[in-house]
Amino acid sequence: MPTIEVKKDLLFKALGREYSFEEFDELGFEFGLEAEEPEEEEILQNPDLANVWKIEIPANRYDLLCIEGMSRALLVFLEKKQCPRYKTVKPQKLQQMKILPATKQVRPLGVAAVLRNIKFTPDSYKSFIELQDKLHHNLCRRRTLVAIGTHDLDTIQGPFIYDAKPPADIKFKPLSQAKEFTAPEMMEMYSLDSHLKPYLPIIRDSPVYPVIYDRNNVVLSMPPIINGDHSKITLDTRNVFIESTATDLNKAKIVLDTIVTMFSEYCDQPFTVEPVEVTHSDGSVHLYPELPYRYEEVDVDDVNKNISADTMSNLLTKMCLKSEVLPGGVKIKVEIPPTRHDVIHPCDVIEDVAIAYGYNKIIKKIPATSTIADQFPVNKLTDLLRQEVACAGFTEVLTFALCSRDDVALKMRKNIKEANAVHIANPKTLEFQNMPLPLKLFEISDVMFCDKTKDVGARNERRLCAVNYNKSSGFEVMKGLLDRVMQLLEVPIVQSEHGYYIKSCKDATYFEGRCAEIIYNNSVIGKIGVLHPEVLKEFELTNPCSCMEFSIEPFL
Amino acid sequence: MKTVPNAKIGFSKAMQAGWIVMDKKAEGGPKVNKKADKIEDVIQKNLVKLQQDQTDSLTDEQKAEYKKRKLITEVKITSYEITKGDNFSLTIENQNGSWKTKNFKEYNFDALGIPPNGGHLHPLLKVRAAYRQIFLEMGFTEMPTNNFVESCFWNFDALFQPQQHPARDAHDTFFVSEPQVSDIKRVPPDYLQRVKRVHAEGGYGSQGYKVEWKTEEAEKNILRTHTTAVSARMLYKLAQQETFTPVKYFSIDRVFRNETTDATHLAEFHQIEGVVADYGLTLGNLMGIIEEFFKKLNITKLRFKPTYNPYTEPSMELFSYHEGLKKWVEIGNSGIFRPEMLLPMGLPEGVSVIAWGLSLERPTMIKYKIDDIRTLIGPKVDLQMVYDNPICRVEKH
Repeated sequence: MPTIEVKKDLLFKALGREYSFEEFDELGFEFGLEAEEPEEEEILQNPDLANVWKIEIPANRYDLLCIEGMSRALLVFLEKKQCPRYKTVKPQKLQQMKILPATKQVRPLGVAAVLRNIKFTPDSYKSFIELQDKLHHNLCRRRTLVAIGTHDLDTIQGPFIYDAKPPADIKFKPLSQAKEFTAPEMMEMYSLDSHLKPYLPIIRDSPVYPVIYDRNNVVLSMPPIINGDHSKITLDTRNVFIESTATDLNKAKIVLDTIVTMFSEYCDQPFTVEPVEVTHSDGSVHLYPELPYRYEEVDVDDVNKNISADTMSNLLTKMCLKSEVLPGGVKIKVEIPPTRHDVIHPCDVIEDVAIAYGYNKIIKKIPATSTIADQFPVNKLTDLLRQEVACAGFTEVLTFALCSRDDVALKMRKNIKEANAVHIANPKTLEFQNMPLPLKLFEISDVMFCDKTKDVGARNERRLCAVNYNKSSGFEVMKGLLDRVMQLLEVPIVQSEHGYYIKSCKDATYFEGRCAEIIYNNSVIGKIGVLHPEVLKEFELTNPCSCMEFSIEPFL
Repeated sequence: MKTVPNAKIGFSKAMQAGWIVMDKKAEGGPKVNKKADKIEDVIQKNLVKLQQDQTDSLTDEQKAEYKKRKLITEVKITSYEITKGDNFSLTIENQNGSWKTKNFKEYNFDALGIPPNGGHLHPLLKVRAAYRQIFLEMGFTEMPTNNFVESCFWNFDALFQPQQHPARDAHDTFFVSEPQVSDIKRVPPDYLQRVKRVHAEGGYGSQGYKVEWKTEEAEKNILRTHTTAVSARMLYKLAQQETFTPVKYFSIDRVFRNETTDATHLAEFHQIEGVVADYGLTLGNLMGIIEEFFKKLNITKLRFKPTYNPYTEPSMELFSYHEGLKKWVEIGNSGIFRPEMLLPMGLPEGVSVIAWGLSLERPTMIKYKIDDIRTLIGPKVDLQMVYDNPICRVEKH
């Protein structure tokens, strides 16, 4: 879940009153936010933090990712404010952005909008930048799906062109740099920049790079990497041109809607946005932002059978969802504003009714569902055997299912290819350590194998594994445990069907002449033996060790 | 001399006994001639006597010499002859009264006894057994969760988790390189199409995600990030029944997240999950069953906080009041599965599926006061802790 940092004094000013942490935490709990105070140690290191709360936001509520949106939503929730109406207001002459077909090769989509006559304060300016960062990181999936660029409209002149050009043909002065660079030079330079480095692979290998410029060939940005310095916004910027380029048009629209609905608050005419005419590469022309108000019809009975339709409608108002009970009283028509792109189904509306009502006021009732329980057979057998093996003097351990390639093969004197093991593409390294003597350990867990007969190409197998690590190898101790387990499973020691026995075999993991296959019902189910001295050495074990491992699935 | 073993010893002994004589001046080099007409091999005879246990017929000097020559070894056998004594009896008399006159050393009752020999069960798995028991008491059937490798389709897509969701990043999820993909053709094609449509275009009352849905993303194999992947498979199976029957399912099994390990996080942990599917289940029902579940753990102070899960709506985080910390702590997550997940499966309209989940490690760490999870699971396990661990009575705090 994303977290935003808010200054307490700004928050209190926005909410119109002061809150103790406990009070705000309580309010957040009801609404679905999680607040966190800075630790005393953190404040000692940085006294400014005393004024900061960290607030965790539900991952689909992009409208709460800045203090503007969060305080607006809370005020509406507290019924201290009405949800604003967001409008586009067409100017006499529309700003235009034309997307050229070359962008199809790299980043084909784009939308844009203008915030007119805005007034930033240092705090709101900071919040504006931070919201873009939060959106980039979350909804835009680290700029791969959508990238945002904001520009001082008074420094540039439309119509704007969104094109894609060979990297060497792109040259401009990027943000915060003193001179012009070509695109390849910038890619080289930013490969050392920890902030921008992660975004470079998004376009690096493309034959053309995205670039937006104005009628005078002034470069606005090279999305999704960097904006131009020429059009950078400042505290004094009054008119903001916002472009957002994308591979996912729906998300680009959500991003644009979110930014303009949040920051149009600071325009001379609050909550109004100037649309931009965007010509897509297929020639179609659209006005953005769309700021859609759409409708959902919700069955009153689906929401709740205990509260009235009118109550529901009132509750929805607290969640910025305007609604009306339709004639007949069985349906409610709900208006979904452009800030609530998270609402995609009537069930999302139902949740909002529940939140506004208060989760903790809902009457709890045990479901009447009557069912007979069943255990999963292999788990049932596992639990029975665990008890008995522990009774036999062995201590249960729990190891990772994930282990290194070396541990599973090389150190066991095996070739990884023969292991038939499942491989992870992106492993994290794990450290291993020795344990003190004497040890009699066991575990009954799943191992993973490649198995082409399964839909995913792999399967688990439940295995019993035991080791005896002592001054002498103690093969007889292992064999004793095997005999005991077989006794418990009512399997006689005979060389025939339904019986078990062990038969000498060769296995590189075990000491020669000290390894046997465990055979049950005429098939090999596992191995028992004394570990090879080289295996012991690889695992830095100084004493001999006998062990066994076999599948318990044949005994189901 | 060189052809017969021990010939040198025989020659010198025969010389000593005067049985043979050596003519050093003989023609063609020294020559050995017979001297005695008749020989008596005393040593051989004595050894035969020893074999027949006539040990006294040899002198000590002879014995010492033979021992030196390693012809014999000395073995001492001690034997006893036992006869009935004065107090011989065939019954045990413990009341002979001798304790009355004897002094007994005082016991140190503060001393520990000798630890019994025996094995031990692992604390986490003791807690697992206890939770398993609770679900069984509540009539929940255990799900077959023995498949760590799962396709993205069942782990994410079937749950209506968008293909662009951050949880599907390699930063969070282990992607499997061998076997890299699952056989997507084994997902029934009509179901696959319905899932694809609800993601890309919506349907079933949903707007969908309005972005292309790719089979190549769905068929990728991962280590499952939650056991809910199995719940999805089970619910799909349930939907294929001729007539719907209500079910209560549970599972407790391993899941995998690509996280750097620290004192409270491992790359693999156990997820506990409970699922109920029936007609007309409500949020109140979900809260009701959760309350009953936690009552069995003697957790009665519960609160529910709105939250966001991609596949449940409404969603609730579960908090319980921690008496020690004097604050509310998060203990689990819950929700009602989204219609976009259930309806494409073919479950009848009106059937709701409620579910809740929690980790097994966290309650175990709290219960057994373990502050580093790495001492509980894996190669750095603290065996002494395993040896000393009490039984798991989850209802006792």
